[in-house]
Formats: sequence, C-alpha cells, structure tokens
Amino acid sequence: MTDTITLEVARYQPETDAEPVFQSYQTPFRKDWVVLDALNYIKDKLDGSLSFRWSCRMGICGSCGMMVNGEPKLTCAVFLSDYAPGPVRVEPLRYFPVIRDLVIEWTDFLEKLKSVNPWIVRDQEKPLSEGEHLQTPAQLDAYKQFSMCINCMLCYAACPVYGLDSLFTGPAAIALAQRYNLDSRDQGAAQRMDVLSQHEGIWGCTFVGECTKVCPKHVDPAGAIQQYKMAAAIDRFQSLLMPWRER
Amino acid sequence: MRAPPAYTEYHPRWFRRRISTYWWLGQWSYLLFILRELTSVFVAYWVLITLLQISALKAGPQAHAQFQEFLRAPLLVTLNAISLLFVVFHAVTWFNLLPQVLVLRVGGKRLPGAVIAAAHYFGWGVVSAAVAWLLVGA
Repeated sequence: MTDTITLEVARYQPETDAEPVFQSYQTPFRKDWVVLDALNYIKDKLDGSLSFRWSCRMGICGSCGMMVNGEPKLTCAVFLSDYAPGPVRVEPLRYFPVIRDLVIEWTDFLEKLKSVNPWIVRDQEKPLSEGEHLQTPAQLDAYKQFSMCINCMLCYAACPVYGLDSLFTGPAAIALAQRYNLDSRDQGAAQRMDVLSQHEGIWGCTFVGECTKVCPKHVDPAGAIQQYKMAAAIDRFQSLLMPWRER
Repeated sequence: MRAPPAYTEYHPRWFRRRISTYWWLGQWSYLLFILRELTSVFVAYWVLITLLQISALKAGPQAHAQFQEFLRAPLLVTLNAISLLFVVFHAVTWFNLLPQVLVLRVGGKRLPGAVIAAAHYFGWGVVSAAVAWLLVGA
C-alpha cells in the first residue's frame, strides 16, 4: 500500500477565477482517514486558502457534503481507502451555485424548507397545564424515518429535476413536510398541501429515486414524495366525490 | 497580472454550472431512468396496436386476416419485439418501485417491501398464465 494519495480538489476563487479549476494535493494515506481528514490536512499543512464547510465529523451536522468522485457524499463518512489508490476528486455539491472552492450557496434550500412549515402546526395550542402531547410507539413509527434528515442536501445534488428546474421544492423539504404530516400531534397538512400540490411541489418529482440512494440517513425522500402524491390524489378524489366532507 | 472580473465586496460572484442537455448520459442510473420514462411511448404503441386489432376484429374476418398479415411484416415483428422488451422493463421497474410508494401496515408494522413487490409479480404471473392459456390452451 502506498503511503500517500492524490486529491484533486475543485478550486474557485471569485476574485480571480472565471470558473473552477482542479488543484492536486498529495496527502498521507491512512486507513483511518476519511476524505474530510485529508481536506483538513491540506488546509493545515499544504494550502491554507482552501475553503470548505465542516463541523461535527460524525455524520450528524450535515455540513460537509461534497461530490466525491462524482457522487454526493458526506466527506466525514467516506474513507480514503474506499477510493484507493486514487486520485480522489472532490467538488462542491452539484446543482448549487458555488461561492468559493467547495462552499456552496444554500439559501435556496433554506427558503424551500421554510415554505413547507417544517414544525408542528396546531389549530389551537394546548395550555401547558394540560401536559404534553402523548404519542404511542406506532404513532412515532409512522414518521420517524423521515425525521432522521440532517439537511445535508446530498439529495438535492443527486436530483436532476432540481438541477434542471431550481424552482422544484426538492427531496429533503418534501420529506420533512411529510414527516410533520404523519405526526399525530400535527394539524398542518392542509396548509402544506397548498404549497406542495403546486407543479413545483410534489408533481415536479419524476421519481428518479437517486435522492433515496445517496441519503446518508436512509430517509427515503423519493418514497416520501410518492406517498405524498398518493395522499394528494386520494384527497382530490374524496373532495370530488364528497364535496361536503371537511378538509 | 490578470484583470480581476467584476466583483463587489460582500457580494461574491457565484459560479453556476450549466446543465448539459445530455446530463442523463453522465450516470448509469440517470440513463436507466430516461429509458424507463421512454417505455411510456412503447406502452402507448402497444395500446394503439391492440385497439386497431379490436377494430379490425369488429370489421369482420377479412379485415382481421388483413391486419394479421400486416402484423407479420418483418418491420412490425422487429418493432413489436423491441416494444415487448420496453414494456417488460416498464413493468419490472414499476413493480420494483412500488414498495416505496405503497405503505401498508399490518398489525401496526409496515409490510416489508419484498412482500409488496412479490405480490405484484405473483399477480402479473397469474394474469400472464391466464392469457397464455386462452391463446394456446383453449
């Protein structure tokens, strides 16, 4: 086994560059190093000007998502040895504007996330004196999978629909909407339906299914969106057949 | 020294990569997806042929025999063979995706995806066998 590995890192410096260029770095190759460790080695020892986001190093903060050899990955969760003998190509997350080097602009995602009201919506707040909202294990189970999302945006980088039409609400935001719809404490499904039943909402999805494949938390956003479509279709037929029914 | 491009402090120039028209050729899974979408054309073609056949049947034995003859043309046989491949691909990919769409709970537990897919394959098998029996057996 060689003791160094080559990283080809996309560099983009808006002050001087018209478009990103690749720069190669030799870093130590260690079995226990993830790609993020190699990036930190570059930043510390080889080139302090390299910019990238990271925080927790343990796959929970969702900051270090990048394209590694063309696939969206959390760089803290993929080992250099997975890509031996290299070179390892590291690029910013696909389909997002690049601010600098490996740092992408994610305001668009945050706005979309906010638009689906990803919190528990109540018609009427229960007074504190009445205690907490109780939930059975089965009720928890109904939404738990979708609540594992860490907003790392790997699913957006995997979604060609988002790449081609940036108005598309996108996998994570819809999965999180579904997470609250399925929560027994929530009463905001109708509000969210107004946002998500638009063309750019659930119907924009063509079920490529890549979002689910790249999700590091096994959230299955593709499944969430199709289940949402099904619920929307049933809702539509019910209101056609039974217009007197309350929504 | 290169002249720096237009750049305002605190308003960095973002770089946006253009998506190629051929984005679906870049990744195997994207190509499979596009092929799956393309199957709809062949499904429509299949429906059209069936409708034409029914209308020929209604027009009488001679029209039907004529239609059968038309179907035997090498071009039509090739086209139908290709359509069959696409329609089978359509069915297989659809059944494989179903477990993600259908959430059935039995006794509070979510039914495993394999069971849902298997049930659909079984149904497909039964219907195909019935059709085969009608065509060949009876």
